[in-house]
Amino acid sequence: MIRNLVRKTSNLMSGNWDLNVHEQQIQDMALKFSNKELAPKANEWDRDSIFPRDLIKSTAELGFGGMYCSGTYGGSELSRLESSLIYEALSKGCVSFSVYLSVHNMVAWIIDTFADENLKEKYLPGMFAFDKFGAYCLTEPSSGSDAASMRTVAVLEGDYYTINGSKMFITGGAAADVMALMCKTGPKEISCIIVEGNTPGVHFSKNEEKLGWNLHPTNLVSFDNVKIHKSNLVGKPGIGMKIALQGLEGGRINIASCGLGGAWFALEKARDYMENRVQFGSKLSEFQYLRFKMAEAFTKLTTSRVLVRHAAHMVDTKNTDKIPLSSMAKLVATDYCFEIVDMALQMHGGMGVIKSTGIERVFRDLRILKIVEGTNEIMRLIISRSLFHS
Amino acid sequence: MLKVLVAAKRVVDYAAKIRLLPDNSGVDLSTVKMSMNPFCEIAVEEAVKLKEAGKVSEITVMTAGPKQATDVLRTALAMGADKAIHVQVDERTDIHLLPLSVARILRALVLRDKFNLVLLGKQSIDGDNNQTGQILAGLLGWPQATFLNQVTIDNDKIRAVREIDGGLQTLEFAPPAVLTCDLRLNTPRFTAIPAIMKAKKKPIEVLTPESFGINITPDYNTANVEAPAKRKSGVMVENVDQLISKLKNEAKVL
Repeated sequence: MIRNLVRKTSNLMSGNWDLNVHEQQIQDMALKFSNKELAPKANEWDRDSIFPRDLIKSTAELGFGGMYCSGTYGGSELSRLESSLIYEALSKGCVSFSVYLSVHNMVAWIIDTFADENLKEKYLPGMFAFDKFGAYCLTEPSSGSDAASMRTVAVLEGDYYTINGSKMFITGGAAADVMALMCKTGPKEISCIIVEGNTPGVHFSKNEEKLGWNLHPTNLVSFDNVKIHKSNLVGKPGIGMKIALQGLEGGRINIASCGLGGAWFALEKARDYMENRVQFGSKLSEFQYLRFKMAEAFTKLTTSRVLVRHAAHMVDTKNTDKIPLSSMAKLVATDYCFEIVDMALQMHGGMGVIKSTGIERVFRDLRILKIVEGTNEIMRLIISRSLFHS
Repeated sequence: MLKVLVAAKRVVDYAAKIRLLPDNSGVDLSTVKMSMNPFCEIAVEEAVKLKEAGKVSEITVMTAGPKQATDVLRTALAMGADKAIHVQVDERTDIHLLPLSVARILRALVLRDKFNLVLLGKQSIDGDNNQTGQILAGLLGWPQATFLNQVTIDNDKIRAVREIDGGLQTLEFAPPAVLTCDLRLNTPRFTAIPAIMKAKKKPIEVLTPESFGINITPDYNTANVEAPAKRKSGVMVENVDQLISKLKNEAKVL
């Protein structure tokens, strides 16, 4: 009886127990790509900090350069839910690759949603084709969670903004051709300006040495009297925080989805390991304590998936509660998925410590998710706002 | 220009871990991941490449299988096939649908829709029969080139390079023909999102074997399916004489 029940995990483990035919096709495609192109190389990319530009560029023809952008300039017009399936599947192969793609896609989406036609025409086709790589500049040395206290300024003189300041922890910074820069265009006015990576005055620091996410470069970007034509302003002055916050709604779903993929990888590996490893005369999968630990982890993964996908759908339908829901999804998924990988690492015993197993890489990559795209503490802040009146 | 029929089968995913049913009647399919047969995928890819090269005017993909087999058709449509035919068969296609029945169905489609090129995978990874293409060519009286490593079409002549035990054999012949595809023929493309979206609008015609008056009742049954014997540990021998004796008398391979 128990054996029959255990066997019926194929769809639950893959998270496709209730996907429709179309969603299934998308997940299948992304998983195929992930298994073939990402999984075999993820450890090497992490170890040697390799940024696979050519491979990223090759995903353009799959439509990964503008997943949820409109079709006018060539976006793929997927929903947030469908995109979530892709990030999850890619992350199963390589978390860092999936994270980078989500950042590029967010920048493309910002231009697609808020910029005028000139700016869209100037940057979107190139971004969709991965001829131009994107980066998103919000965080500064002195402003993280307190994003609005940023100090980078853009002063308009005639037709040009002069930009001074620096942005920190910029994912894909040194590789960026198109940067969406949030800066102060007035004492209390935050705007979004597109700055090209090779503009005079833009300097990238050496790539940071990080805990994880080693595939893509992370840099301090400094702006030293950078002159940008005012036509590169996205939308109009003062909507920077609105752009940032709306971008983050989807960003939270994407980051949470990257967590799902990493946890899926680790849980499946742990399951397979347990069905082969024998100690004290029994397979690990026969010890009830270990089975229960896995059952808990499986439940956490499924819980996270349900919440992330539901929140994605709420963002798609512009539900009034999309902000707390996407925050809850990010909070739950990143916390739970890290716990799942931590357990899977323990389950592997000594093999969990060995790099070639791959779990310690995912352990490091997933730990970062609790901090980015709004720390999990900020998620609690946002959620509490939907609870209390004061 | 050629009008192509490609057949694609829905089988157990090549990477899936399979278990047997408790009564040893077959593989337990209830929870296992199913995908397009890898050799069929290569056949679809080759058809699309020939179309991109301007040698083929239209590609129809067909499958014989249950309702869920439409995923295989949708994948093929997203890879570049123009239309699809689903011959609905509810019996287990890994056990109860035999190559002869499939070949008969394919022949009926060829005669109905006047295809002049049929592309198949060399075999499916569940049955591993490697018969359908060959039988079909026989039923149609068409030339066949199996185990394809390479195929080119120039001035209405097909040049097919086959992988055979002795190496590579090149055949040249005029269509109509049946071709079966082997592993190294090509690397199937990933389906792109825009192609997946476009494929949603492509037509899928649903038929049954009865639509052609074909009876698919198998004329042999699978009696038993067993897992291969577990690998035993080796034995150390003292000298060559002992080795020869064991090979002759125990393993019986000399």
